[in-house]
Amino acid sequence: MTTSGRRTGTTLDAVDEAGRSAALIGYLPVGFPSVDGSIEAMVELVKSGVDIVEVGMPYSDPGMDGPVIQHAAERGLEAGVRTKDVLTAVSAIAEAGGTAVVMSYWNLVLQYGVSAFARDLDSAGGSGIITPDLIPDEAAEWTQASDDYDLDRIFLAAPSSTPERLSTIVGASRGFVYAASTMGVTGVRSEVDNHARDLVSRLKDAGAQRACVGLGVSTREQAAEVAEYADGVIVGSALVRALDSDGVPGISALASELAEGCA
Amino acid sequence: MTDVSQENGPYFGSYGGRYFPEALIPALDEIEETWRKSQVDPEFTEQLLDLQLNYIGRPSLLTEATRFSAHCGGARIFLKREDLNHTGSHKINNALGQALLAKRMGKTRVIAETGAGQHGVATATAAALLDMECEVYMGEEDTQRQALNVARMRLLGAKVNAVSNGTRTLKDAMNEAMRDWVANVADTHYIIGTVAGPHPFPAMVRSFQNVIGVEAREQIRNAAGRLPDAVCACVGGGSNAMGIFAAFLADAEVKVYGFEAGGEGIESGRHAARFSGGRPGVLHGSATYILQDEDGQTRGSHSISAGLDYPSVGPEHSHLHDTGRVIYEPVVDEEAMEAMRLLSRTEGIIPAIESAHALAGAMRVGQSLGSDAVILVNLSGRGDKDMTTAAKWFDYIDEGAVQE
Repeated sequence: MTTSGRRTGTTLDAVDEAGRSAALIGYLPVGFPSVDGSIEAMVELVKSGVDIVEVGMPYSDPGMDGPVIQHAAERGLEAGVRTKDVLTAVSAIAEAGGTAVVMSYWNLVLQYGVSAFARDLDSAGGSGIITPDLIPDEAAEWTQASDDYDLDRIFLAAPSSTPERLSTIVGASRGFVYAASTMGVTGVRSEVDNHARDLVSRLKDAGAQRACVGLGVSTREQAAEVAEYADGVIVGSALVRALDSDGVPGISALASELAEGCA
Repeated sequence: MTDVSQENGPYFGSYGGRYFPEALIPALDEIEETWRKSQVDPEFTEQLLDLQLNYIGRPSLLTEATRFSAHCGGARIFLKREDLNHTGSHKINNALGQALLAKRMGKTRVIAETGAGQHGVATATAAALLDMECEVYMGEEDTQRQALNVARMRLLGAKVNAVSNGTRTLKDAMNEAMRDWVANVADTHYIIGTVAGPHPFPAMVRSFQNVIGVEAREQIRNAAGRLPDAVCACVGGGSNAMGIFAAFLADAEVKVYGFEAGGEGIESGRHAARFSGGRPGVLHGSATYILQDEDGQTRGSHSISAGLDYPSVGPEHSHLHDTGRVIYEPVVDEEAMEAMRLLSRTEGIIPAIESAHALAGAMRVGQSLGSDAVILVNLSGRGDKDMTTAAKWFDYIDEGAVQE
């Protein structure tokens, strides 16, 4: 019997109890620039103050991602990254004392086997999965598997979601709800949409315990602004870009800066 | 046997669904509601009927191919002439239907993905007719092999974007169209060109292509005095196929065949035969058969025909495959090109390379059923757009000749 890794709810509650404005959630895709290189970078995120590391799995058809993450995914796939490498990254993050959550397009989990993936993710010390192209309506198998292993089910909510859908999403989620700040794909934006504040408040009205905001955050100022109303600030493309241009020291510097915004 | 043509999704057996970003679910709900209301709204049906009669040129002809028949074991071959539609293929049936729905939803802009360019041209045409802005996404490889269709779309006023991501073909064009849609859904409708994508697209697109089979059923009864023994169509995403199949699925005595692109052969790995070389998964919004590697990464497809060069297939086809109601077989590039040449020389009809896959399949089916058989083939499009490919394949261009 292995000890399960920390779940995202526990981590978010600890951040709250420590009196910080929000948790910092950092995304990096496994396999970019290499499997070992990405794991080193993820461990560095933990050391630099990132509370939850979102481990992305590169996919051939990333319909929800902008150019930065698309490019990183293509490089990872060219280098031969496999789904099982996600689990290696999760183990490394858990061992470094971080909380790890996987972000994956659904076909990769489906082909691994939903129940098998849940089992192996739990043994690796992962907390759950963020599913950008799986809505609660299609998630019966995942709901069962995540219940079996007590894993987090993190569904997305969007500015376009109706009150009825928000309540379905909140009811189906565990850990937190991923609030997409804008109608669009991942990427760095000069301003984080006003939609985000409104969406978080609608999610809370619908009964969400915790809502974290993603899409577009890249600076300490933006992080601080989002941290005012969200339980967590999710940063992806900006970290990928920093890793690409300045390597591990680059993401370490950016993560520390973003962490100050979430202090 | 259940009449599967009455199944309106979201699921076809264990296939279909909405494996799609939450941000677009409200748009899918709105499309479904608008579509369902339009189906029973006389104003909409009259508007569409008027366009079918006076713009597309429906009903399309049913032509008996008496000389081509000799290459099909002597079976009587009837061609459903979707190649004679305005813009040259069946794609206009769906593009106009969805553009009308887009208007009803108050959208001012339409976007589309396209492989061979036929759906892009049809969408650009509908947008011009209905005064809407239009933007088309096309894989860079396809913009090169279908350059004439790119020029047609631009002449019609559409903006054409060459997509250089991933495999630079239809699937990547679809990814890019989705990214556009999620950012612009407030004023934009995404006209998916085939019976794929999330619900309600598979059922809705079929409903706009249904007219092919409904007409053909009546026409072949008049021409042959009975229902056909077999119906043949090519299957990329599968909209021309669903369009002609639907009217015959309830007739157990009618054999139904779908022909996928076998490319350079299944064993070569360079093909687009999802049923021979793929397995179930999720791509572009629905659960269906997909060409994929062990992990579920989409594998590149290959076909000489850009319109069949797609690693996924409409979910209803996956259901019809599993139930055994439709038989799916691959047709390799070489067989399709030979059928293209034969139809051109025996009937004076130049088919699209896509449709030539159905013709090659009909040759096979005819040889097995024999000369008493009556076979209906969906001639989904004309071959004008394929002249560069055909000229190269058959070596028809004189050395040094350049078209200025």
